[in-house]
Amino acid sequence: MNHIKVEEKAVEMKNITKVFGNFTANEDINLTVHKGEVHALLGENGAGKTTLMNILYGLYQPTIGEIMINGKTVIMADPNIAIQNGIGMVHQHFMLVEPFTVTENIILGKETTTSFGKLDIEEAVSHVQELSEKYGLYVDPYAKIQDITVGMQQRVEILKALYRGAEILILDEPTAVLTPQEIQDLIDIIRNLTKQGKCIIIITHKLKEIKQIADYCTIIRRGKQIDTVDVSVTTEEELANKMVGREVNFIVGKEERTKGEVVLEIDNLVIKDNRGINAVDGLSLKVHAGEILGIAGIDGNGQRELIEGIIGLRKIESGKICMIQKDITGRTPKEILESKISTIPEDRQKRGLVLDFSVEENMILENYYKEPFSRKGILNKNKINYFAKELIQKFDIRPEDETLKARALSGGNQQKVIIARELTNDPELLIAAQPTRGLDVGAIEYVHKSLVEQRDKNKAVLLISLELDEVMNVADRIAVIYEGKIVGIVEAKETNENALGLMMAGGGSGNEK
Amino acid sequence: MLDNIGFILGTTLMYATPLIFAALGGVISENSGVVNIGLEGMMTLGALMGATVGYFTGNPWLALLCAGLAGGFLALLHAIASVTFGADQIVSGIAINFLGPGIALFLSRLFFEGATMTKSINLENKIPRPLGGVFPQNSFFDLVLNQYATVYISFLLVFVIWYMLYKTKIGLRIRAVGEHPKAADTLGINIYKIRYFSVILSGIFAGFGGAAMSIAVVSNFRPTLISGQGFIALAAMIFGKWKPQGAMWACLLFGAAQGFVIFLGGTAIAISSQLLAMLPYIITLVILISFVGKSVGPAASGDPYEKGER
Repeated sequence: MNHIKVEEKAVEMKNITKVFGNFTANEDINLTVHKGEVHALLGENGAGKTTLMNILYGLYQPTIGEIMINGKTVIMADPNIAIQNGIGMVHQHFMLVEPFTVTENIILGKETTTSFGKLDIEEAVSHVQELSEKYGLYVDPYAKIQDITVGMQQRVEILKALYRGAEILILDEPTAVLTPQEIQDLIDIIRNLTKQGKCIIIITHKLKEIKQIADYCTIIRRGKQIDTVDVSVTTEEELANKMVGREVNFIVGKEERTKGEVVLEIDNLVIKDNRGINAVDGLSLKVHAGEILGIAGIDGNGQRELIEGIIGLRKIESGKICMIQKDITGRTPKEILESKISTIPEDRQKRGLVLDFSVEENMILENYYKEPFSRKGILNKNKINYFAKELIQKFDIRPEDETLKARALSGGNQQKVIIARELTNDPELLIAAQPTRGLDVGAIEYVHKSLVEQRDKNKAVLLISLELDEVMNVADRIAVIYEGKIVGIVEAKETNENALGLMMAGGGSGNEK
Repeated sequence: MLDNIGFILGTTLMYATPLIFAALGGVISENSGVVNIGLEGMMTLGALMGATVGYFTGNPWLALLCAGLAGGFLALLHAIASVTFGADQIVSGIAINFLGPGIALFLSRLFFEGATMTKSINLENKIPRPLGGVFPQNSFFDLVLNQYATVYISFLLVFVIWYMLYKTKIGLRIRAVGEHPKAADTLGINIYKIRYFSVILSGIFAGFGGAAMSIAVVSNFRPTLISGQGFIALAAMIFGKWKPQGAMWACLLFGAAQGFVIFLGGTAIAISSQLLAMLPYIITLVILISFVGKSVGPAASGDPYEKGER
């Protein structure tokens, strides 16, 4: 970490408070960032980091507080004013128009034109190429966004900001969607930018990256500023404890186990995606009892289609799926569920819960037709209520109110409702798709513990995750999926991030086991 | 034989014209992310306004202009409801479709002694035919090319709108707002302004389409004049994959079906006129089913945009 000693203040946010209805998203936050500095904003999901940055970028107005850019007070009424003041923001969910080209996206809103408002694309392209060379951000100016990699899309976002003359760059969770190699490239880009005097604010909850690139780190918890620390003299543990407000266990505690019989066997599976392209393309895989098999891969390599295929939500073109030696290919979701496969779906709000149903109703979604929950088609409210209360106690779901709508629960508690429901089916195979996405550290700990417990009961667990750290920490074996195929299977303790990252990007191979 | 083909082609162009105007309106509105099923109502009011102004002033160009303004006025209501207040665009459009014919009927009764039909405009006060007399009468070229000025204008506008959408700054912004309004918002583009502009322009075009019917194809307004043409224009726009040139080809197809039916009606072949009247729709349906794959419109079309939504 090179502290470039330019003590010029680029950004000062003073006493920022933002209230949405009766919810305080930011409370009296002070943030100062100097030129040439990388400043990290650390906090759990929903802590208010993004809100604070949206205020700086003019998307929200602060309820109380003042923003100073280069020592002058500025009222950020809208993004235009932020842009004029040299602020650029790369949002977590890219703000790119998919059917447009790279250049069109970059110039949108600040177009180069000739007479009569005609677009001057050549002029724009040459400007884009100039910037791209200056900062080492390689892009293809004529490619359409829908055809380029996520890494390049991110570079387009950064170029969009630089094209507008950004001196202060906000990156919201920039590494969430990148492969390890792409993360390394991004770090190089960030160093390059700070060398040229630009300052960067990076929103993240990944401690390792903060240690790697940030100079200072401001920690926010539940909308309040906990501390601002010099990264070079702090540790990851200290940052984590400040972020969560208690001691956090990083390592998932699990004992050695030998794997048992094959539970799920997938043979040469082919499944098409919505566009009619083979998303799962000749995939074979075995999951054993008493193991957690992790599937690692970059988003969009067939993970979603694979899960939907296994649980009967998507048509299988060819190949075979066997559950404990019983062929379940092409069965209905209900039949598959009854063959002891349970799923924690990727999108808990769309697929996992009916948000406007109560917690108790959500808990019997899969068994409502069975006794004792219903008899001759009539629901037995008392039995359902009793069952739900029991689960709420057992799985520590808060608040303890089974009549509350699922919508009213926090993400972590919503996930607990799903886990409670799925585990009471006593599955032989538990499929967990992105089970910790968007959860905070405490809830992540809980989910991981549940998965390991399932394994220790000699059940099979199939974990699909985009978070490499999660797969490496929790799984016993790791299968890497690339373009709809398993390109390698490795023992989790015998591999490392770089080897996996290479396989995820389609290079290298693991030992086929 | 050649004359028959000429007749069919000529009728095709004439009947396709009102559709092209309205479909272009649909293209602009939907590309900015606002579904406009109110085209029908806007066309109807435009037709009434054109016929009325044309009858009283005797100036077809003033009539055409007023028809556009009437359509634009209804579109403004649609924009207020669906852009500013984020109302469901389909519901708002349906309301426009009741409102348009309602106002048209009311105005017709007001200006024409309680009649639901306006009085016919004199032939010389209709939209002129600039190429009249250039070709020998009833020759092939006369039948095909000697058209009302609105026909040429509509085809010219196809090019103008294509150029605007794909070659200019405002077009880039319209399409960005229709695809990813939030992205446009973060770049400081005023989504509401763009959508108001597009929706109102769409209404003006639909109004032109109505007038192309009432002061060119025929010479007065009656309540059944625009029965369903706004919806056909909407279908043509989707059929044409939300592109001006695509919508134009689709409108020509509808027009050709219409022209063919009129031709058949004039021959000795005995088919019930009710069946004939159905034919354009059936032909269209068959073509739609057999030749057009799934078409994907602007991603954000139909979604109201709310600033600062979490």
